[in-house]
Amino acid sequence: MPTKPTALKVLDWASILLLAAATYMVFFFAPMERIMGNVQRVFYFHVATGWVGFLSFFVAVIAGIAFLRSRDLKWDTVGLAAVELGLMFSFINIVTGSIWARPIWNTWWTWDPRLVTATVMELIYFAYLMLRQGIENPVRRARFGAVYAILGFVSVPISYFSIRIWRTIHPVVIGSGDPEALGSFDMTGDMRLTFFFSLFAFTVIFVDLFWNRIRLGQYFEKINQLKMKAMV
Amino acid sequence: MLFQEGPAQTTGYMIFGYIIIFGTMAVYLFSLFNRWRNLVKDEEVLREFEEE
Repeated sequence: MPTKPTALKVLDWASILLLAAATYMVFFFAPMERIMGNVQRVFYFHVATGWVGFLSFFVAVIAGIAFLRSRDLKWDTVGLAAVELGLMFSFINIVTGSIWARPIWNTWWTWDPRLVTATVMELIYFAYLMLRQGIENPVRRARFGAVYAILGFVSVPISYFSIRIWRTIHPVVIGSGDPEALGSFDMTGDMRLTFFFSLFAFTVIFVDLFWNRIRLGQYFEKINQLKMKAMV
Repeated sequence: MLFQEGPAQTTGYMIFGYIIIFGTMAVYLFSLFNRWRNLVKDEEVLREFEEE
């Protein structure tokens, strides 16, 4: 069994502490929004998970390009780790958005450009996992996965810019949005601090989980090689 | 919400949101841990098999 590097152990603890600090700030430091009430507190981790979801899919593109250039299977492990994390964080982002929407928009779901593009993005990357399941040859699987991760990334900027280019009721946090957006609010200094701290905390958590997931992938490859050796 | 006097009573939705956030991350962490544990068991079996 591979031993865990000290730097990763430190990062594990830093992630736990940052998550605890961000949670404390969300509940006890940031003030309650005067119209929406407590549900607005979901916003801090909703945006942070959305950000790391986008970041994960971007990392999968980098890994895909690196694999296609080098044909080294280690990049396939990196790409798979990134997509898996992106799916997990984007899932949290979509579901918490829906929970926030229920009291603010009076519905769990509406066919708004942001909601639709974010869900399509999630489904595209879910299909990435299904595609991989259907290919046995590791090199072929890695090649298809790399190309798919690169092409699938088109959905990420579409989702990000959807609230800036189309008519939407989804609020825009940074920059100006559609005046018809429902649930917009001006952040106070404490809210802004909590918001940026949450973004930072989740970025560190992403790096930590990503490293752990890559180690799992490498260990899986090692065990697979041992199995192949045992079968010969 | 136009004529409301105080903040809307939305605490239940906030709690539900944070259950989803921490619950999903906990399930993912458990999945990582479980997959790692299974690989350790596989390695032990393979080592025993190799020794025989």
